[in-house]
Amino acid sequence: MTEMPSSRRSAFQVLTGVFSLPAGARLGAGPTIAALVLALIVLASICAPLYVPYDPLAMDAMSRLRPPSDEFLLGTDPYGRDIFSRVMTGGRVSLLIGIGAAIVSVAVGLVIGLLAGFFRAADGIIMRIMDSLMAIPAILLAIALVALNGPSLSSVIIAITIPEVPRVVRLVRSVVLSAREEPYVEAAIALGSSMPKILIQHLMPNTLAPLIVQGTYICASAILIEAILSFLGAGVSTEIPTWGNIMAEGRSYFQIKPGLIFWPGLLLSLCILCINLLGDTARDLLDPRMKKREG
Amino acid sequence: MFGYILKRLLATIPVLLIVAVFVFLLLRLTPGDPAAILAGDAATPAQLERIRDRLGLNDPLLVQFVTWFGQMLKGDLGTSLISNTDVVDMVSDRLGPTINIALMTIVISVLLAVPMGVIAAWRHRTWIDFAVMSFSVLGFSVPVFVIGYILIQIFAIELRWVPVQGYASPSDGIGAFFSRAILPSLTLATIYVALIARMTRASMLEVLGEDYIRTARAKGVRENVVLFRHALRNAAVPILTIIGTGFALLISGVVVTESVFNIPGIGRLTVDAILARDYPVIQAMILLTAGIYVLVNLIVDVSYSFFDPRIRY
Amino acid sequence: MKFKTRDLSTAQRVLKIRKLKVGLTGRPDAQPVLNEIDLDIRAGETHCLVGESGSGKSVTSLATMGLLPKDALEVQGGLIDLEGFEITNATAAQMRDLRAQRVAMIFQEPMTALNPVLRVGEQIEEVLNMHTDLSKSEAKARTIDIMEQVHLPDVQRVYSAFPHQLSGGQRQRIMIAMALVLDPDLLIADEPTTALDVTTQLQILKLIEEMQERHGTAVLFITHDMGVVAEIADTVSVMQKGEIVESAPIRELLTNPQKDYTRKLLKAVPNLAPRPARAVSEKDAVLNVDRLEMTYGGGGWFRKSEGVRAARDVTFDIAPGRTLGIVGESGSGKSTVARCIMRLIDPTGGEVTVAATEISRLSRRNLQSHRKHLQIVFQDPYRSLNPRWTVARSLCEGPINFGTPKSEAMERAAELMELVDLPKDALDRYPHQFSGGQRQRIAIARAVAMKPDLLVADEAVSALDVSVQAQVLDLLDDVQDRFGIAMLFITHDLRVAAQICDDVLVMQKGQVVEQGPAAAVLANPRHDYTRSLIEAAPGRHWDFANFRALERAPAVEGPIA
Repeated sequence: MTEMPSSRRSAFQVLTGVFSLPAGARLGAGPTIAALVLALIVLASICAPLYVPYDPLAMDAMSRLRPPSDEFLLGTDPYGRDIFSRVMTGGRVSLLIGIGAAIVSVAVGLVIGLLAGFFRAADGIIMRIMDSLMAIPAILLAIALVALNGPSLSSVIIAITIPEVPRVVRLVRSVVLSAREEPYVEAAIALGSSMPKILIQHLMPNTLAPLIVQGTYICASAILIEAILSFLGAGVSTEIPTWGNIMAEGRSYFQIKPGLIFWPGLLLSLCILCINLLGDTARDLLDPRMKKREG
Repeated sequence: MFGYILKRLLATIPVLLIVAVFVFLLLRLTPGDPAAILAGDAATPAQLERIRDRLGLNDPLLVQFVTWFGQMLKGDLGTSLISNTDVVDMVSDRLGPTINIALMTIVISVLLAVPMGVIAAWRHRTWIDFAVMSFSVLGFSVPVFVIGYILIQIFAIELRWVPVQGYASPSDGIGAFFSRAILPSLTLATIYVALIARMTRASMLEVLGEDYIRTARAKGVRENVVLFRHALRNAAVPILTIIGTGFALLISGVVVTESVFNIPGIGRLTVDAILARDYPVIQAMILLTAGIYVLVNLIVDVSYSFFDPRIRY
Repeated sequence: MKFKTRDLSTAQRVLKIRKLKVGLTGRPDAQPVLNEIDLDIRAGETHCLVGESGSGKSVTSLATMGLLPKDALEVQGGLIDLEGFEITNATAAQMRDLRAQRVAMIFQEPMTALNPVLRVGEQIEEVLNMHTDLSKSEAKARTIDIMEQVHLPDVQRVYSAFPHQLSGGQRQRIMIAMALVLDPDLLIADEPTTALDVTTQLQILKLIEEMQERHGTAVLFITHDMGVVAEIADTVSVMQKGEIVESAPIRELLTNPQKDYTRKLLKAVPNLAPRPARAVSEKDAVLNVDRLEMTYGGGGWFRKSEGVRAARDVTFDIAPGRTLGIVGESGSGKSTVARCIMRLIDPTGGEVTVAATEISRLSRRNLQSHRKHLQIVFQDPYRSLNPRWTVARSLCEGPINFGTPKSEAMERAAELMELVDLPKDALDRYPHQFSGGQRQRIAIARAVAMKPDLLVADEAVSALDVSVQAQVLDLLDDVQDRFGIAMLFITHDLRVAAQICDDVLVMQKGQVVEQGPAAAVLANPRHDYTRSLIEAAPGRHWDFANFRALERAPAVEGPIA
């Protein structure tokens, strides 16, 4: 980027400008609580090794399927592992997958979308390929990848990312296409700004707000898909405790030990709920059309 | 109109072609020996050779593709690595239950979701709106199998209104079919309802702010007429679009739901195929679902003109 | 100028508004949007409500219709009496009953005001279905009848057309038919001609008047255009910031305004008398346009299709320090010409020479270095500045592209702020912190920062209120004077063209129909189309700024086509 007057501050102001609330708007209690709960879950997951009482992988044939007690807060699973320790540790991989998938999808989608939006020649081909990728259901693709590559973190992230990328591409492309009709972009052309400069300095910032929103939704859906994949036996290795894996193992014991599905399911749902709520809040604040109507 | 449908049908060919190439490459470009992966750790060299032979993995890539693609065009998707039966037969045998459940889900979803969204938009920022939005966010947040187990726990185990699991085809009696299909359909419908209700609300909110809604009110038109005659038709296109793109979610949901409720449809077939690493079946399922997805969205596209006269082909 | 001088004091009072106060919902202590306004309209009267944007005109009309957006605005006091019926505390059902039967409304945008998915005939008929017990065939007959009354062509076909298949004027006729089908006592028209071309505007104004005479309807006409007011009003109320500052019969208001605000408003209204032309320059022309042609579409892989000829055979030149105006209605190709000259689109034929270089066929790369010679100011002040950039960054973008050091560009930006009469600290602010007029000043400063030889102003004052419009025109004049820039001024408004242009070029359907010195073209138009444009300019006989008739009203000789 060219050095612009007060460039450091302006980068900051771009961000604060994007995030500043419309006049008179107030954040309700909902988003605040959602943010707090989410922060708590994330923190608890990251710090899990510091406080969980047992090794989540340690099996103990002597204490299988114990009911909740002082010794085992949520009881034990069919292999005698402490459910509480497993559930709290399980969030780490789930969250990692969510964030990883969101970042990869947004980054790849942004680059492809900018190219498609700006280079008319590439547009047709790129969009056909994107249409095709969208037609492949994420779960089936993940199943195929895992069947071929074996269960691994990267298989799962790639499988979740491939069908999400086209959505990001479409979003970026539509933002770019409408922004390049804006008079200020035409003015920049008239001022002799080069195409890459216009693309990066004028058009790309427009994609920032919708991408943040889209990113949160991708993160939420990735966590959900990971759980489903594990549940179907196509997720990350069963060696690693994830919310999905714990629930998958609980399937056969559903009637005698519902906690195996209930507790990880609750944490997972709560986590996704909070992310979705924050995404909605971000969208309401960032979408100018929403602002116009409700502001 | 007819010409347009034809044009759109032709336009799906490259999309399906790219899907086919993608599926083809998925197996062949996998690092390592795909045959070894599919056969599992305990495979003998003879078994490996058999798999390679069956999938044609010994030929050059291009030859493989031409052979594979030619067979696919003829409707031959190979045979199962496990049972040796024809994959197309396996899939078509299992299609019935899945289609019945999916249709029921779509009907339930649209009938529930559209009125929910319309009312939420009409009563914007009231408790009704809040309730609909809460349900919708919740529907996105709970994994489909968890919903399934909760429904089983309540309606099958506690209340004993319906059987826990299993499937009966409509030819076995409508009552038997409904009592077994209702829980899976509701399970599947949750996320679909959440999606459609949300989009209906957003689209209606946008339309209700339009000038022609003000005109309708200025004419003294009753609110229900404003909502359903003036607004909903204008809001229809995004709703249709989301029904179409949401179909991908439905397909994913089917796989899970059929496992939870033990329904012998193509979803179960897929899960069994994963556990057995039966790649020809997985491959056929991807091609089939991508085809259905493209077809559904083609129908959606064509139906736009029915709702909006400005869209003419 | 002929004004309406009917005596309406004996006519029955249709609408009586007293001390009406409208404010933000749930915030009675905040600054009200309407502050205790009074208004009376009698049967057969045309009452014009004028004011600049944000003055509360539209809120008044929506309050009368009971259509205030509930979650934003509410009536906080006063009364609205429609023939003895109190509207402010009517129930929703009572209000629905009243609408279309006793009070009806037409809106500014005939495109968005009609439901795009319903046939226009059905939309008129719906009014009858809602309010009467007419049978299906009776309702249709009545619909056809009112459509004929508003002079729609080929009524049977139009009946089953969708809005997008009709022209803007036809759509507005449909709106009028819909409003008047039940013969209401009061018609509220909210800027009904603002989105239309002048010639269509004239027809719609005539239609409203005709319908009013036939049905004896009272009309509350909301507009920002003093010219329109002069043409149609019996009585005028001037609004400012939610208050009615002055209310008087039309002649009284225009000849002897009592309030400062009214005087200020009238003084800003441009008239059709052309300005004295600037000195003819000795220097060579900055811009030569030779047989410029722009055809959209066309080509095609299999068949050569015709394409749309948006501009053809356009030839003109502009000398330094002079202003050429291109005038025409929407679709005339005037903006196409501007965009071709700017090379925002690539012309399909002809030559454009700027500062002695032919640029119409330069490659994008070679063009880059010539961009500094020509700059443009757009119509919409809200979209022509990057909302995420400070004013300083916008002003420096161009000079930095051409190698000016940052510090020098900043200094220049500060000077320019002074030139366009904005405070220096404006440089660190963002566009949303400025009004429309201020943003347009910034856009002008951005263009001038490049020290261009040619400035293209594409409808640069059309989106502005009339008083702001006058200031921006002054600024353009000043800039031109100071830097000797040649200016190409694109406008649909002949009155604005008369204020700023030395030469005028009139376009219709992509072709130049007449060009010459502004004084000659405006005073003695030779082409029928130019004549009809002048004829349609509302209030063209009146010199608003001097509160009197124009000494030498632009004469239109010969028959009007």
